[in-house]
Amino acid sequence: MRAEPKRDTAIPNTITIDGQEIPFSIGQTIMDAALAAGVYIPHLCHRPGLTPHGSCKLCTVSIEGRNVASHTADRRIQASSSVEIDSRSVSACTMPAMAGQQIRNNTPALNEVRKTITQMLFIEGNHLCPSCEKTGDCTLQAVAYHLGMLDGHFPQLSPRREVDASHGSVVLDRDRCILCELCVRASREVDGKNVFAISGRGIDAHLIVNSASGKLADSDLETGDMAAHICPVGAILIKEHGYEVPIGRRTFDLHRVSEIGLEPVILAKVRHTDE
Amino acid sequence: MNNAKIRVATASLAGCFGCHMSFLDIDERLVGLLEHVEFGRSPLTDIKHCGPCDIALIEGGLCNAENVHVLSELRANSKILIAVGACAINGGIPAMRNHYSLRECLEETYLNGVGVENPQIPNDVELPLLLSKVHPLHEVVHVDYYLPGCPPSADAFLKILGDLLAGDEPSLPKNLLHYD
Ligand code: SF4
Ligand code: SF4
Ligand code: FES
Repeated sequence: MRAEPKRDTAIPNTITIDGQEIPFSIGQTIMDAALAAGVYIPHLCHRPGLTPHGSCKLCTVSIEGRNVASHTADRRIQASSSVEIDSRSVSACTMPAMAGQQIRNNTPALNEVRKTITQMLFIEGNHLCPSCEKTGDCTLQAVAYHLGMLDGHFPQLSPRREVDASHGSVVLDRDRCILCELCVRASREVDGKNVFAISGRGIDAHLIVNSASGKLADSDLETGDMAAHICPVGAILIKEHGYEVPIGRRTFDLHRVSEIGLEPVILAKVRHTDE
Repeated sequence: MNNAKIRVATASLAGCFGCHMSFLDIDERLVGLLEHVEFGRSPLTDIKHCGPCDIALIEGGLCNAENVHVLSELRANSKILIAVGACAINGGIPAMRNHYSLRECLEETYLNGVGVENPQIPNDVELPLLLSKVHPLHEVVHVDYYLPGCPPSADAFLKILGDLLAGDEPSLPKNLLHYD
């Protein structure tokens, strides 16, 4: 006869997202587990392989009940089955997955909140898609399509931000920067450099370049760096490749942002495979 | 629905007429549409002022005082006002001038620009006064619906008008939703 399993190993390592049971391993976040299971949670500042940043809040999900699992099969679990008890909002990209979490993700209410966040990202910068090289390849735009955003809702802030075209092969247009810090992390964690950082607070926060002059030309950024390619919007662009793929044949003209595992397509893309 | 036709007005403010051209791309489907709608004030009919209408389709944002007057007249006379295209929704390409002061724009265009002859800033009294920034419609009037795109496709126009004619809440399927 089998020995009675120990108390914690009896708890299956699964979480539930919108009713679907999903396995996870210790150390994974809710986002990690969801992506591994092919479940899309909208996100902008997250990229597998980089340290989670938790800044854009697009990945906000709600967890019913708090740490239900660590209390196993006691009254907490019964409590969690009655709706909305102790429900709280967390960022899926930074919140560790814990056994028994009951998570709501793809709900009208959460998607409405995400749409509002996306509208704020649009009006806070200067996002004039028809004039942007990134259009069709832009994750911000694709997320906005996913959420059915039709307008910016809020008054445009029309900020004046600096363009840095000093570098021979890369241009930095801060008008479109959403401060996701993907370039900052890619430079530090993957490229082994330290080219970018965010400076300033609140509405004055902006991307700075780590060089004596503050200009990209004087930094050690190279076109082979992940930091030169990872920008989800049209803030960091490689020069002279802007219109190689025509509008209408770009990543999100052919794919939905909710397809899992698109990162390599977005990252590696210079030409589309069928061009 | 009774047999009275739905009255539609259209206007192009700070836009390029691209949205109107795209609307006309509905081609022969215009014939079917005209069974149900008639056009009032519109560049298509050359009627300059707006009487009461059911639907106003407005292309372009607001870059001068005349744009604001036309928009106010259309809002006051229409039951449903639709912001059509990128410029009406967030200012679009004309809003690229918001990065500069109005003086900088005028000096660059009329005094210091490449190939300018007889440099002078136009100041005829007939010219509408420019606003210091280009604004989207919803910053000035209430907008009922938005039709994004630069321009929105002919199919997108037909979809939103079709929904309204049928008495439904307009909605764009994902394949017709584009900002470019
Ligand atoms: S960065 Fe994206 S959302 Fe912004 S203007 Fe470019 S395509 Fe549009
Ligand atoms: S430049 Fe791009 S990658 Fe870097 S913080 Fe801004 S939006 Fe993010
Ligand atoms: S993806 Fe940006 S906060 Fe989680």
